[in-house]
Amino acid sequence: MSSTLPLALRDSRTMLRRNLLHARRYPSLTLNLLLTPIMLLLLFVYIFGDVMSAGMGGGAADRSEYVAFLVPGILMMTIGSTAVGTAVSVSMDMSEGIIARFRTMAIHRGSVLVGHLLGSVVQCLASVLLVTAVGVAIGFRSSGATVVEWVLAAVLLAFFSLALTWIAIGMGLISPNAEAASNNALPLVFLPLISSTFVPIDSMPGWFQPIAEYQPFTPAIETLRGLLLGTGIGHNGWLAAGWCLGLAILGYFWATAKFNADPRR
Amino acid sequence: MPVSVMPTPNHGTGAASPAAVSAAGLRKSFGDKHVLDGIDLRIPAGSVFALLGPNGAGKTTVVKILSTLISADGGQAQVAGHDLATSPQGVRSAIGVTGQFSAVDGLITGEENMLLMADLHHLSKAEGRRVTADLLERFDLAEAAAKPASTYSGGMKRRLDIAMTLVGSPRVIFLDEPTTGLDPRSRHTMWQIIRELVTGGVTVLLTTQYLEEADQLADRIAVLHNGRIAAEGTPDELKRIIPGGHVQLRFTDPTAYRHATALLTDATHDEDSLTLRVPGDGSQRSLRTLLDRLDTAGIEATELTVHTPDLDDVFFALTDDTTPTTGTTTDKETAR
Repeated sequence: MSSTLPLALRDSRTMLRRNLLHARRYPSLTLNLLLTPIMLLLLFVYIFGDVMSAGMGGGAADRSEYVAFLVPGILMMTIGSTAVGTAVSVSMDMSEGIIARFRTMAIHRGSVLVGHLLGSVVQCLASVLLVTAVGVAIGFRSSGATVVEWVLAAVLLAFFSLALTWIAIGMGLISPNAEAASNNALPLVFLPLISSTFVPIDSMPGWFQPIAEYQPFTPAIETLRGLLLGTGIGHNGWLAAGWCLGLAILGYFWATAKFNADPRR
Repeated sequence: MPVSVMPTPNHGTGAASPAAVSAAGLRKSFGDKHVLDGIDLRIPAGSVFALLGPNGAGKTTVVKILSTLISADGGQAQVAGHDLATSPQGVRSAIGVTGQFSAVDGLITGEENMLLMADLHHLSKAEGRRVTADLLERFDLAEAAAKPASTYSGGMKRRLDIAMTLVGSPRVIFLDEPTTGLDPRSRHTMWQIIRELVTGGVTVLLTTQYLEEADQLADRIAVLHNGRIAAEGTPDELKRIIPGGHVQLRFTDPTAYRHATALLTDATHDEDSLTLRVPGDGSQRSLRTLLDRLDTAGIEATELTVHTPDLDDVFFALTDDTTPTTGTTTDKETAR
């Protein structure tokens, strides 16, 4: 097996093409998942916006400041929501006979998962771009971010979506059907709600602050805020990198172990 | 068709061709349920082998193991010269599998399914397009090629499934219940397809719960029951296990029926339907003897049918736990 790498690349490319074809043919799942973050963005800006703005920075903040605060969190939330879609589509795919066929073919085994992974990351980033566009349309502006900071922000978003997607693939693989997958993936929707997306951590009850502060979403959100808005990043950069790396490695080993085990059906 | 195989012991079946599939002592349990309890198989290259058995007999498990989908708990097997345990990827490169549940991607079109297979078999773009067009044409799918596979009928899906299996020109093909759920017309189309596959030199292992199907298609049949092979042989050999051919005479006239009953004392009779079952092998000689006796006695039957033992008889005899499976000489066709 001297030609393992070219085989792996070629088969992964084929599988990626298959997954992107699915996404292009049936965009409704992805678009539905986009509704939640966009609705929440509009809800918190236009309905709760005055109260939220008043609560920020000593009561004098205007709405544009809250939009700036909110958008980075909503972007991370978008990644979480899109990952739910990944879990659902992986579990649906695994119940299809075609996967059994792939398993009996002399192809690179991992390519099935790599196809899902890369396909989902591409969808994730497209979703992030779309939500960013909505954010910009309602007044989000970065405050003097340099090119390097923009690039780092993009890398962070890609890396975070890669990590969550591996976890979502694992969740999809342990789910017998689409409903179970969307239930199992609920933490990916729930965690952003108890992060610093909507309100600063220090406005939360004291006992809750450590939970909100150290869960995966908050460090990623704070880092993104730092890069785009120039706020302090502090230890959040390392925390975010650690979470991304940890979740990606954990998800990778979990998903591949589940996939390589004898199929349950 | 020359096929490179590992030397395997010939079990005295007289077949000179090398084995495309051979298995010894295959075992598999799910939890504490023993699904396979020591399966031995030897399938000569270029032949059709049918695994016949009721639901739950373990047919699908055999296919799943031999196609590398799941691993066996015990025993060993070679497929196309590759050992299942040590060279699964070698096995995969030689086989094609059409499972019980359609293995097509319903979200994309028939043509895209075929091109996907071509890509995964690493055919060049031009070659992939050529093979795809050929197979879609051959399986009567050219018109539906641009429609999503999820919109196909059961028969079309199954044809697409087999077409996808053939993209890589496999030498050994596994068909797990290829006609289950198909209407009679689609079933006959499928039979024709399977017959054509074999003329191309490939080896086919198919599973079925239809006795007629095994009889129609297979060179050899193994009857699988409770995780074991209850009997194996050609369709004719299996039929010979069971005696019990008979001629059935049906009457509409009760008087003629009574006369016949008195004349043919070895027959079993059914008063309600006015029928007699006369034991016999259905040969021309025994038929003539019977007809002569009836003519001489002036008895005329309304209807006469010759019943030779079919696989149904074999199947029920072998899979009925209450009767001994071999060496039985008792006539099973006794009066009810």
